[in-house]
Amino acid sequence: MARQIGDVIVDLQNISLRFGGVKALTDISFNVREHEIRSIIGPNGAGKSSMLNVINGVYHPQEGQIFFKGALRKKMEPHEAAEQGIARTFQNIALFKGMTVLDNIMTGRNLKMKCNFLQHALYWGAAQKEEIAHRIKVEEVIEFLEIQDIRKTPVGRLPYGLQKRVELARALAAEPHILLLDEPMAGMNVEEKQDMCRFILDVNDHYGTTIVLIEHDMGVVMDISDRVVVLDYGKKIGDGEPDEVKNNPDVIKAYLGTTH
Amino acid sequence: MLYREAGQFKATYAEDSQIFPIRQDRIGFWVLMLVFGVAVPLLTNEYWLKAILIPVLIFSLAAIGLNILTGYAGQLSLGSAAFMAVGAFAAYNFILRIEGMPFLVALVLAGVTAALVGILFGLPSLRIKGFYLAVATLAAQFFIVWALVKFPWFSNNSSSGVVTAQDVTILGYTFSTPEAKYVLTFLIVAFMALLAKNMVRSSTGRAWMAVRDMDVAAQVIGFRLMRTKLLAFAVSSFYCGVAGALYAYTYIGTVEPEGFNLDLSFKILFMIIIGGVGSIMGSFLGAAFIVLLPIFLDNFVPMIFGDALGAGFVSNFQLIVFGGLIIFFLIVEPHGLARLWQIAKEKLRLWPFPH
Repeated sequence: MARQIGDVIVDLQNISLRFGGVKALTDISFNVREHEIRSIIGPNGAGKSSMLNVINGVYHPQEGQIFFKGALRKKMEPHEAAEQGIARTFQNIALFKGMTVLDNIMTGRNLKMKCNFLQHALYWGAAQKEEIAHRIKVEEVIEFLEIQDIRKTPVGRLPYGLQKRVELARALAAEPHILLLDEPMAGMNVEEKQDMCRFILDVNDHYGTTIVLIEHDMGVVMDISDRVVVLDYGKKIGDGEPDEVKNNPDVIKAYLGTTH
Repeated sequence: MLYREAGQFKATYAEDSQIFPIRQDRIGFWVLMLVFGVAVPLLTNEYWLKAILIPVLIFSLAAIGLNILTGYAGQLSLGSAAFMAVGAFAAYNFILRIEGMPFLVALVLAGVTAALVGILFGLPSLRIKGFYLAVATLAAQFFIVWALVKFPWFSNNSSSGVVTAQDVTILGYTFSTPEAKYVLTFLIVAFMALLAKNMVRSSTGRAWMAVRDMDVAAQVIGFRLMRTKLLAFAVSSFYCGVAGALYAYTYIGTVEPEGFNLDLSFKILFMIIIGGVGSIMGSFLGAAFIVLLPIFLDNFVPMIFGDALGAGFVSNFQLIVFGGLIIFFLIVEPHGLARLWQIAKEKLRLWPFPH
């Protein structure tokens, strides 16, 4: 592959997150480098999704620092994270059920659209041009993810696997620097998983998007990740390249298990 | 067989994103516009214009307003009538107190006033949702009507807040006949419906629907919840406000605050439930349905049963039918008449060879 793994783009230092008395994350540090595929694995309740929520500003950790592109990040709201180029998909599909596939993906481009509601109301000149310019970008994503045939279908009517793909499309439409994927392959059959893996690798290769991935399918994780971080009960128990992690005794004990 | 789109290819995205992408729909739309814009005022009598067509148009506009807020942005509101009252009284005061105020400017200012009040009462929506928000808008409903009665300034010191709308004059022409008032209302409502449709099919509307369908995801994508919700309140109240002003100026003529009571708010809510939540066309269908149904029942029930049932029964019968219909629509077709129309069109595309 031609892609070059670059410098550290997100650096998380000593992150701790509590909900009342429940410690979701305890003193976790790891980093993500530009253009890499970074996986987060661990048993249920290990704090993987919380980790993603910390990165894109849904949760604010009580302790620790986040450096984004080298700069210390202040407490930020999710829409600010989006403005800085962090997009994500959700574990439970978070599409806008009443809207068509096309409209859903168009929402991904909202931050790049500059017209106000009065211009939209007239739908003339600038507003229409803008709409069409973004439609062209969205159509590129639609083509990339091979969902041309369903673009006018309301997402509520689509099967699960396709909904996951539409959600990826919506995140991609924002042209993010970093893409956070929360279990993009959960509940899929083998073929759908293969497709999804191919799309993730293509995105990474074609757009150079940095990807942070949560996934339970170890075959997939070990195959496509550059580096893997392992969480257990909110603590980091392993970090490194797939082979390294695979042979880490703590990780085997907590999560991977052994064949008896 | 006439309703086919075979051979109609869209070569540009502009063509693909038209309001009516199918040619037959476009033709049908313009035919409707001509019928209601030209033929109807020429051919119908005063009763139809004054008692049916003008109110249908005005309630359609109010229903569009509520649909923007409830149907598109997902914020339940029971204050539509109060925002109509704000519009009506604001227009009255602007025309009364500012010398030479043009009617159309007063109409826009009335909408803007209602929008500002709407933003104020929309603030609770940032913290509360669903039924609780409905209760908060209920406060708007009662507070505004109370304030309009309480402070005589609003009604220029008339007793119990009754005001009589001034003449409607645009560029020296006074709209005094029902025909003229109808055409004016028709043009304003058609124009505003177009603006509403444009808003909901572009980024503004997508923001509203995103907040309606899943607010957390909307935020993560970059929508500002506060801005989006308050914009929905503002635009919705603007529409209700203009509808209220038209209600006073081209429909009733003499209004009092008590006329904009909770019953009217509910009536508008029923319009969007029956017409179609989240549909501009549904707002028109719902308004027409709710205005026409009582008239239909008034004439139809005595026709079948004669006078045996008595007048009291007929008016109660209306309520029974209303209640029944609302339950029916909520259970069977939550997207209302607009959805039924859409299903009919989908069937028609395949008719008569559905396989």
